[in-house]
Amino acid sequence: MERTESKVKSPEKMAKVKRILLGGRGSYGVLGNIFIYMLLIGIGFVYLYPLLYILVNSMKDLEDLLNPMVKWIPTHIYFSNYEKAFKVLNYMPTLTQTLYVVLLSTIAQVISSSLIGYGFARYNFKGKNFFFILMIVTFLIPQQTLMIPRFLMFQKLGLLNSVLSFFVPATFGQGLNQALFILIFYQLFRMIPKSLEEAAKIDGANDFTVFARISLPLATPAFVISFVLSMVWYWNETYLSSLYFGNVIKTLPMQLQSFVDSYRLLFPSGAVVTDRLNESVRMAGTLLTIAPLLIIYFIVERWLRESIDSVGITGE
Amino acid sequence: MKKFKNSTLKQIYGYLFISPWLLGFIFLTAYPMLYSLYLSFNKVKITADSGIITEFIKFDNYKYAFFTDVSFVQSLVNFLIQLLLSVPVIIVFALVIALLLNSKIKMKNFFRTIFFLPVIITSSSVINELTQQGATQLPGLSDILNISALTATWPVYIAQPVNYIFNNLITILWFSGIQILVFLAGLQKINVSMYEAAKIDGATSWEIFWKITLPAIQPLIIVNVVYTVVLLSAFPMNPVSPIIRDNMFNISTGFGYASALAWIYLIFLLGFVGIYALFTVRRGRD
Repeated sequence: MERTESKVKSPEKMAKVKRILLGGRGSYGVLGNIFIYMLLIGIGFVYLYPLLYILVNSMKDLEDLLNPMVKWIPTHIYFSNYEKAFKVLNYMPTLTQTLYVVLLSTIAQVISSSLIGYGFARYNFKGKNFFFILMIVTFLIPQQTLMIPRFLMFQKLGLLNSVLSFFVPATFGQGLNQALFILIFYQLFRMIPKSLEEAAKIDGANDFTVFARISLPLATPAFVISFVLSMVWYWNETYLSSLYFGNVIKTLPMQLQSFVDSYRLLFPSGAVVTDRLNESVRMAGTLLTIAPLLIIYFIVERWLRESIDSVGITGE
Repeated sequence: MKKFKNSTLKQIYGYLFISPWLLGFIFLTAYPMLYSLYLSFNKVKITADSGIITEFIKFDNYKYAFFTDVSFVQSLVNFLIQLLLSVPVIIVFALVIALLLNSKIKMKNFFRTIFFLPVIITSSSVINELTQQGATQLPGLSDILNISALTATWPVYIAQPVNYIFNNLITILWFSGIQILVFLAGLQKINVSMYEAAKIDGATSWEIFWKITLPAIQPLIIVNVVYTVVLLSAFPMNPVSPIIRDNMFNISTGFGYASALAWIYLIFLLGFVGIYALFTVRRGRD
């Protein structure tokens, strides 16, 4: 700042240059803009780097992989890694199973969150504040503390090794990070003017009809946010799922965890050099694991962004 | 008379709506918590025919965790260090990114899409694959400045954190997706006229940030710190998670000891959040 000023002699010119470079009211100036974009692009690159790494390396053949000159652009695009990873992950059956587990849990979680959030937002009953605080406090209880007694309970009730061990807690408001979803719905339902519901009640509708016909359709943004977040969190969950599902249900991230072992079973090592497990195959497996999420994200991305803008993600 | 009836009915409807949560809380959270507290004072054996056998051993599990089992206390300390280093970095980065996204820029939506991407794809198995390949370290960064050589001459207690942050930069940043959105929502709510009034009074952007923006989003910083702690504590790859799970199925320790560890972990986390909350509340009062 000091330097630009000292170079320019005339005060008027100086002010003009200063305004262009550093900006005045309502703009950041050229320098400010360059700085902002540099930061954004730099941080954006850091965010995207692992994804680019996965993408590039998954398409390298053994030669490219071993060649230190080939870093970012493979000499030719090579898809065999995907074929192998596809087999190792047992892809289509695993994907179906993952979708089954994830969608069931997510739908249960979103529906129960909307009911609970509505109850907290619209009614006054004894102990409401106490329960509300309790609900937020449960968000702090780590899964590690709850999973041991729940594991024993589920074992007794025969809920283990089935999707029920995710479905039941989600239905009863105790699913993954569910306090957050209840809060999102709570916040949204409080934003809806009461007069709308009262008008319907005068016309003789009961509370559940009002909820289903009037409030729910207005809560679309909360549904979008909750659905997407709930889905990705259930999808990416491996700690609880490997405990509750054992070896009966395998989701894609769980399969990725045991990728090395599965690979050895399918392609016993030593036979052919090109058949040995290498980084490229593992990266192909990683990409296949996240690909469905990426596709869904890019489809709903705009919708999700608009929903977040209209509801926000936390209350005050 | 009718009014009274209405309000009672309202109460019943209220309870009906939150009844899934009430039932769930009693049977899936409160009871399990008490049960696990009970287990933590017992030696638990699980047999095929007679089910769960417990033997009351008082504080033995807790004593074992602190005085015999070296790995647990060590991993708890490691996790504490990880929290103390990662949480501020995540919060600061999330705030910086939110401020950038909140400024008048082109392609705002494009950048928002990128910064939210990690929320979508971060799972422990993916992070694990990436860490093993060294893809969570920025290669360019180590080319430009050799952190470990630079910090070699520094005292250990400074060099280690700096090394940790740089070596885990991507994983740390990948945990800040939700926090960015929380900050962004808060920033968008700040009244524009406040900024304009400050500018007319001759305040610089720097002053505006410290005097207007930061106080306005202060509550959101607390929200984000708590959220980040919860996020990191639930992550399967943190130093403590695997130990608790391994002990569940370890024949010599078992569910009782694992429960004790889980309770220590819970108290540790509540303590961490509690101390932080106390600290900010007291500072806010001054």
